[in-house]
Amino acid sequence: MDGPHSTRRGDGSEPTFLGTPPAPGQRPDELLLQVAKGDQDAFAALYDHIAAPVLGIVRSVLRDPAQSEEVAQEVLVEVWRTAARFRPDKGGALAWVLTIAHRRAVDRVRSAQAATDREHKAALLEQTPAYDEVSEAVDRRLEREHVRRCLQALTQMQRESVVLAYYRGLTYREVAELLAVPLGTVKARMRDGLIRMRDCLGVTA
Amino acid sequence: MTAADLHMLAGAYALGALDEDERHAFEAHLADCESCAVEVAEFLATSARLAFAASQPPPAAMKQQVLARIAEVRQEPPKVELPAPRPPAPVSRVRRGARFALAASIAAAVGLGGVAAWQYERAQDAHQQAQQAQAQTAEIAAVLSAPDAHAVVGSVGGAGQGTSATLVSSRSQNRAVFLTPGLPQLPTGKTYQLWFNDAGVMRPAGLVAPGAADQTILLKGPIGPASGMGITVEPSGGSLHPTTAPIALMPFAAT
Repeated sequence: MDGPHSTRRGDGSEPTFLGTPPAPGQRPDELLLQVAKGDQDAFAALYDHIAAPVLGIVRSVLRDPAQSEEVAQEVLVEVWRTAARFRPDKGGALAWVLTIAHRRAVDRVRSAQAATDREHKAALLEQTPAYDEVSEAVDRRLEREHVRRCLQALTQMQRESVVLAYYRGLTYREVAELLAVPLGTVKARMRDGLIRMRDCLGVTA
Repeated sequence: MTAADLHMLAGAYALGALDEDERHAFEAHLADCESCAVEVAEFLATSARLAFAASQPPPAAMKQQVLARIAEVRQEPPKVELPAPRPPAPVSRVRRGARFALAASIAAAVGLGGVAAWQYERAQDAHQQAQQAQAQTAEIAAVLSAPDAHAVVGSVGGAGQGTSATLVSSRSQNRAVFLTPGLPQLPTGKTYQLWFNDAGVMRPAGLVAPGAADQTILLKGPIGPASGMGITVEPSGGSLHPTTAPIALMPFAAT
């Protein structure tokens, strides 16, 4: 179902092998360091690690398939272009790439939505939370199962704060307005939610 | 906003839920806060897992398209840490490249010898630096030479150690430039921060290095509804909202 993508990795330290493990020495961090030196083969190998989650998070935020693919391609080219800026000590290659992907998707949404802000928010409230779709589409995938379980272990407000910000691309101010809670509460729920997710997923930086 | 308040933004930051100004303020804070950096690295790795859970197999053709595109894209060189403070921008180019219609008094008061608008940004590669310098220099020149440029001279800081500053604004350019021969030194860990005064609500407009001589600073962001500018002393890296009383408030035009 996912073509050439035989593995899924989380933070790089705790791989979840669902198929053939990648060749030794081909971890995303090492590949990205090679890419920074202009290695196009390393980029092709890195692509196999990152293309699906990049497209996934962009699509989660943007929804429109054609636009998502366009933004995902821009993100992948940006990874190539700016690879030399990657610092391995700041959360790993995947975190670096996916931060770019999320930011570009959000940039696209925010530039388009300024005019219709209020309607947009009203529509968001009526939408099914994204993690349900995520879990429905991919129940069989261990990684998604794991993330879904951890999301379910959050309090409702932690979960809504995390999901609306990350999967929907809202700012914490927008989340606060949407959930009708004070800004400080949302900031705290996002942080608490990520602490719980981090521990539940066994993430180490 | 205090460092503790900024710390609380770590979650929102890792979820991509800060707007641009807040993100820059937080990243500036991050550079000086080791415990934050560890937490943020873990949070970013956690949000990456959220992205993985949303993975969508891309169309098969996309890989070839992307590989074809990157073959034609030049890679940026790495960031290089340069000794701070940053060297002044090329002055001769400023003088040749722009005709300043600005009152001679301003030029005399501050000179253009110290165009150093990027004192506080991390050093980046020389190529990008030069491009930024040119872009900022052009924007500063556009404000200073705008037909509707207004200059207001004020004093900053207490008696005895105070200094003068000039605020030049242009409604047509919707930008403002802050010029000072140098603000007084501050204790380590403190910086000056500029704010737009939106009818009493302060909007971040950039940082000024204490003690640095001859500064010409393009205020970050448009003037918008602001009627003037304020300066406060903030923790290094700046704050999202003023945490101290302003040491100076300057209107954009004398009333």
